[in-house]
Amino acid sequence: MSDTAAPTTVAITVNGVAVEAKPGELVIDACERNGVYIPRFCYHSRMRAVGMCRMCLVEIDGGRGPALQPSCMVSVSPDMKVFTESPVTKKAQDGILEFLLINHPLDCPVCDKGGECPLQDQTMAYGPGESRFVEEKRHFEKPIPISDLVYLDRERCILCDRCTRFAKEVAGDPLIHFQGRGNLTEVNTFPDDPFSSYFSGNTVQICPVGALTAKPYRFKARPWDLEEVESTSVVDSVGSRISVQSSRDRVLRFVGVDSDPVNWGWLTDKERFSFEALDHEGRLGGPLMRGNALGKLDAKGDQLVRATWAQALGAAASALTEAGPSRVGVLGGARLTNEAAYAWAKLTKGVLGTDNVDAQLADGLPADVVLGLPRATIDEACTPGGVIVLLGPDPKEELGALYLRLRHAVIEDRATLIELTPRSTGLSKFAAHRLHPRPGEVGELATALVADVAPTRAIAGVEPAAIAAATAALRSGKPVTVILGRTSLAEGTDAIVEAALTLRDGFPGVKFLSALRRGNVHGALDMGLSPGLLPGRTTLAASRAAFVDAWPNVPTATGLDATGILEAAASGRITTLVLLGADPLRDFPDAALAKKALETVEMLIAVDLFVTDSGRLADVVLAAAASSSEVDGSFTNLEGRVTAVRQKVTPPGTARADWMIAAELATRLGGDLGLESVEQIRAELAALSRIHEPLATGAFGDRDGVLITGGSVTVAPRERAVVPKSDAYSYRLIATRSMYDLGTVLQHSSSSAHLAPGTAVLLHPLDFDQLGVEAGARVKVSAAKASLHTIVHPDAGVPRGSAAMLFNQPDADVGGLLDARAAAIDVRVERV
Amino acid sequence: MARLSSENLETAYEIIARYPVKKSALIPLLHLAQEQDGWVTDVAMAHIAELVEVTPAEVIGTCTFYEMFKRKPVGKYVVNICTNISCQLLGGEELLHHAEQKLAIKAGATTADGLFTIEDVECIAACTEAPCLQVNYRYFHKITHGEFDSLIDDLKAGTRDEIPAHGTLAKVRQHIPAARRAGAVAPTDRAEPVWLIRNRQEGAS
Amino acid sequence: MTMNDVPKIITSRFDQGDAHTLDGYRRTHGYEGLAAALEKTPQQVADEVKAASLLGRGGAGFPAGIKWTLAPANVWPRYLVVNGDESEPGTYKDRMLLERDPHQLIEGVLIACYAVGCGQAFLYIRGEMAHAQERMAAALNEAYAAGFVGKNILGTDFSVDVVLHWGAGAYIVGEETALIESLEGNRGMPRLKPPFFPAAKGLYMQPTIVNNVETLSNLPWIIRNGVDEWNKLGAETSKGTRVFAVSGHVNNPGVFEVEFGVTTFRDIIFDPKFAGGIRGGKALKAFIPGGASAPWFYEEHLDLPLEKVAIDRAGSMLGSGAIVVMDEDTDMVKAALRLVRFFARESCGKCTPCREGTTWMEKIMQRILDGHGRPEDVALLMDTADNISVDFMWPPRMTTICPLGQSATTPIASAVMRFKDEFERYVGGPIELNVTVKGAAFIGPPTRKKEGSGV
Ligand SMILES: Cc1cc2nc3c(=O)[nH]c(=O)nc-3n(C[C@H](O)[C@H](O)[C@H](O)COP(=O)(O)O)c2cc1C
Ligand code: SF4
Ligand code: FES
Repeated sequence: MSDTAAPTTVAITVNGVAVEAKPGELVIDACERNGVYIPRFCYHSRMRAVGMCRMCLVEIDGGRGPALQPSCMVSVSPDMKVFTESPVTKKAQDGILEFLLINHPLDCPVCDKGGECPLQDQTMAYGPGESRFVEEKRHFEKPIPISDLVYLDRERCILCDRCTRFAKEVAGDPLIHFQGRGNLTEVNTFPDDPFSSYFSGNTVQICPVGALTAKPYRFKARPWDLEEVESTSVVDSVGSRISVQSSRDRVLRFVGVDSDPVNWGWLTDKERFSFEALDHEGRLGGPLMRGNALGKLDAKGDQLVRATWAQALGAAASALTEAGPSRVGVLGGARLTNEAAYAWAKLTKGVLGTDNVDAQLADGLPADVVLGLPRATIDEACTPGGVIVLLGPDPKEELGALYLRLRHAVIEDRATLIELTPRSTGLSKFAAHRLHPRPGEVGELATALVADVAPTRAIAGVEPAAIAAATAALRSGKPVTVILGRTSLAEGTDAIVEAALTLRDGFPGVKFLSALRRGNVHGALDMGLSPGLLPGRTTLAASRAAFVDAWPNVPTATGLDATGILEAAASGRITTLVLLGADPLRDFPDAALAKKALETVEMLIAVDLFVTDSGRLADVVLAAAASSSEVDGSFTNLEGRVTAVRQKVTPPGTARADWMIAAELATRLGGDLGLESVEQIRAELAALSRIHEPLATGAFGDRDGVLITGGSVTVAPRERAVVPKSDAYSYRLIATRSMYDLGTVLQHSSSSAHLAPGTAVLLHPLDFDQLGVEAGARVKVSAAKASLHTIVHPDAGVPRGSAAMLFNQPDADVGGLLDARAAAIDVRVERV
Repeated sequence: MARLSSENLETAYEIIARYPVKKSALIPLLHLAQEQDGWVTDVAMAHIAELVEVTPAEVIGTCTFYEMFKRKPVGKYVVNICTNISCQLLGGEELLHHAEQKLAIKAGATTADGLFTIEDVECIAACTEAPCLQVNYRYFHKITHGEFDSLIDDLKAGTRDEIPAHGTLAKVRQHIPAARRAGAVAPTDRAEPVWLIRNRQEGAS
Repeated sequence: MTMNDVPKIITSRFDQGDAHTLDGYRRTHGYEGLAAALEKTPQQVADEVKAASLLGRGGAGFPAGIKWTLAPANVWPRYLVVNGDESEPGTYKDRMLLERDPHQLIEGVLIACYAVGCGQAFLYIRGEMAHAQERMAAALNEAYAAGFVGKNILGTDFSVDVVLHWGAGAYIVGEETALIESLEGNRGMPRLKPPFFPAAKGLYMQPTIVNNVETLSNLPWIIRNGVDEWNKLGAETSKGTRVFAVSGHVNNPGVFEVEFGVTTFRDIIFDPKFAGGIRGGKALKAFIPGGASAPWFYEEHLDLPLEKVAIDRAGSMLGSGAIVVMDEDTDMVKAALRLVRFFARESCGKCTPCREGTTWMEKIMQRILDGHGRPEDVALLMDTADNISVDFMWPPRMTTICPLGQSATTPIASAVMRFKDEFERYVGGPIELNVTVKGAAFIGPPTRKKEGSGV
């Protein structure tokens, strides 16, 4: 990306030693890269420098004699001389430190930050021994909760502007701000308007002192008791890098790690505080089976009771054997590591011989589309000056760390954003072109976008002028990346696929960044946990022959996807169903179908960390270890980047790694998987899938992992979906997810569980006015399948003719309105 | 104690329209709110946040930086007595003490009847007229203790119509007639001014 | 208020009762400078102002004509911001210009916009100046109606809106980058220069010319009378006239427009035409030559001419044209404390040394004044000041973003170095200082040693 004509280094001297800096580099960074650390408090390499703490003052001679300057604000210039140790520098820095300490409480022994506090470290290293400040220190009311998750102790605050800058610049939620002036300045929220940002926990991480603390971590541990390993967050498919920190075999904290191509150190609160789920009281410490009130096993019992692994695995194995390959289905797998996903793929396809396996729950896209389009990395999507097309879910709600990267690309790096979503998203504010097609009709819109002649009428509800403007942006010659995923759960995938293919064919060079949200779903697809696929991004049809030796029972025909599996289960064609970390009752966009299926199957086997709503109906529940910190393995993010997940703590009770469960089931099914260690799995995978060789060599183990590219999947062409015309009284339903919902991990993260906002039905203000009710009134929302009661609000982000609701919320069963087979869903909204 | 009244809202829109970026109108709008209520209420700040499209936290951040914005009710008359150097040299501090005694309150406080608030302020740009003070930002130069007393008495008696209640700044507002308006120039408006282009072209020809 | 009879460029209408009205202004050559400017090309006007070496009157004394050339070529839009925040203790001139001759400023603003190509101008007036606001608002309304401001000024293609803006009480907003932040609706916290020199990255990160009220008020005269007339006035390095406010212990405090470099401090403080000497026939103890931020001057500085270079060399500055005179009875500890307290109250809070240091110094001084000080407190005070303004150099070596933090140290250094005995009386014992003091004004009569930086 760098300009080839420009010089690549700048020669400067630091304390008399010649060093090479990069053009435009800040002095503070150039010095650090060359081994000279300049102390700092306000500077943070991922935010704009403000130069306000003054700790990084050094003498800099840019040709006109040495002058004290903040090294975080000055860029290197040729022949610059930097003096970080001169008497004037020392005097200035010692002075600053003393100034910072005069009002800072000396409560290090009871401060969460004690032991990892730059202020404490600086004081130890350089500071004066005794305070010359005899006056009274500044006082504030003791720590105040500024949100559900974060406390602020204003006495400890050194006003570095990091949290406030993060809130505004990075997260775009300026809900905390400096207030007051001079010595009375404080950070605070507006009265009764908390810092409810999805990203608030990052402020705790970047606070250089103990002023901001996280509720879930407060007083839990001292930094010197903590051990850490670097791992990957498995909460969503961004694969943010984290440091897992534990004490006495308990995970106490996830801290964001700065991976340059991925998350830049930032985490969503959902990810950060998901560690709480690891030792939630509902965590499974061993298998469960049907039993009676006395705790005795009883296949007809009305509750789940403890069982031994032998009993549970035995029951599961015999049910699977009995059913035979065509009557078995496996749902889920995105929670698994790559290695576990491989083991389960081999178990189901290679041993059981069924292809009825799907890691997605009909809320994503067909696997051939995900794997078969030219793929982009996050960095490519965020190319300065590039064009980003959002044809997927709201990244702010579903892929928080990606949202931050996209937001940065648009705001700081002048990328042009084009939204092709059914309603506004968290990025709309920054979008240059907001095209909100009617649900189910985005394919037509895409056709209009690539057409040579501009349309003369609205297409899919989008005005011709808006289409022409977006087309011009797409044709600007700048690199185009489509963020591709499921825009709404109330519309089918065909129109989206059609749109994606149209854009691919219409704009040569366009790339796609998958926005499937679920944890390791991309790893699961790469390992073949999808109908018709085999490990290595290849198909049954293409590679079956290459697999038969290692996978003796590999099926010949493509099996059923999630919807197919549930339909088969509901009609008795599938009798044994395995839920591999899946909770279809909550999470499948057709609640009625899921319910019928789970109630009808003869044998329901759940492999999970918790007893989920679906798990409550299970016959056998197998207790699994958590992927983020209880097992070793690897993770594949939405770019196809493989990074390591590492074990830090032992799983509770006898819970075990998912791959081990697969191996033991295989043995009981009479077909040894031949997999005895994670390394062995990687070796076998690499032998079968050339593109996965870096897993065997360990080349993925660094912070940024390794990008797996290639594969032979191609996208099958589709026919245009026919969307039935709505009648004049109906609204097209848009069902999307929010960051907080009834998801399994979230509901077991104690501090965040209650944050699910609930839903309402949102209508465009003009449609709302026509309804003739006041905002907040109760209404009945009816679809073909079901109806529900909720409240209604106007929202200008919803196009006319559409009605938007949130999926999987505590107060309304939106899943019940959905139909996994419908191209679009119409609802009526009536006052009650 | 409320959102901006419909009349003030009109003024607010007029003010906002003058600026290339809405947030620039924040301080003038806070003055408008203070003029309406005598102080700046949270409700007004939240309303201003909507009007200029920022968060209430950003409004309060700006509001609390500036001394003139009061976040609690103050007296109908805010008496600002300068004690900075030029006034100090000529009895500014003594005048302040006298005022405290006359009104039986400390600087910073408000009299029980809600009529007066005294403030010990920094230089108010009347240094050659020391000691000086302002009542609701109207100047009184070279004030003796006796003159101070009669000023207070007049205010109590309500005979000083020239001094509006606290909050009102300029009684004359700027109005740009639509026909004469050149228009706010947005930072994204990258065109060179026409008179420069014309002159360059004329110079070239 | 006393005026003098030497050349008046910008205070010429101060005694004309109706000068603030459009009629009154036009009767005395009002808007003739603008008309003359519009006859010329913008470049010609800019060249003329550059040739006039009009030093900025806001404090820093940077030549306006040169500042105008610093806006990067071909970057549009450009803005003009008028600094009418006058809050420097002792300073009283901009308010008079705003109240008594508002059209003169408007005319100056228009000439500047025409020359520089500014698309819009903002008149930032200190919030506490209600009357000035009223006069300016009325003048603008009249000028708009008469076609002097707004669209197609005087029937030409020159169009610019001049927007009147209120401040709200914060001295620091007078600093130009803080002024810009404030005008953007933010807290008035200064930006670091470089990189945020307003001429390059100012209002909304666009090229912005920030000029003081007095600076711009000179433009109509310069354009109307020509640069040659102007250059006949003043000293080699400081052309034209300058308005000074002389306050404190003088017989005849007032605002005086005097010719640069001709008049001395002795003239302006003692001459009956001006401030007329010290009250009650007392002796001069010290005077502040250019606002609260300026190092103090004494008897030995009286014969310095009112002119930038000589005063810089003597270790202080003309700053904002505020001369504050203190007689022999003045309690220098008390006076210094009052100034330190001002800076502590007005610190924006951005830089650690200023935010924490000014308050700490105020507390130490208050303790000394209250009689609870120990001799070592004065050394601590000086060391604290030295931690903000290392070695008390002039021009200062700053640890802060803007000069406010360092300004708080000048009254301390001035008072302690010159009037150590007064501090000793308060703390009841001899004081030993352990700091290096390099600024000329702090150490004695004006002899300038060239100081390098210690590495
Ligand atoms: C702390 C501080 C306060 C200032 N206050 C004012 C002020 O009140 N008015 C003013 O015109 N300039 C003030 N200045 C100077 C401005 O930063 C700036 O130099 C000036 O407005 C430029 O205008 P000029 O070039 O016409 O002088 C101040 C500077 C500092 C550092
Ligand atoms: S020196 Fe003081 S006033 Fe100036 S920017 Fe720093 S903190 Fe603010
Ligand atoms: S780190 Fe540079 S000023 Fe704070």
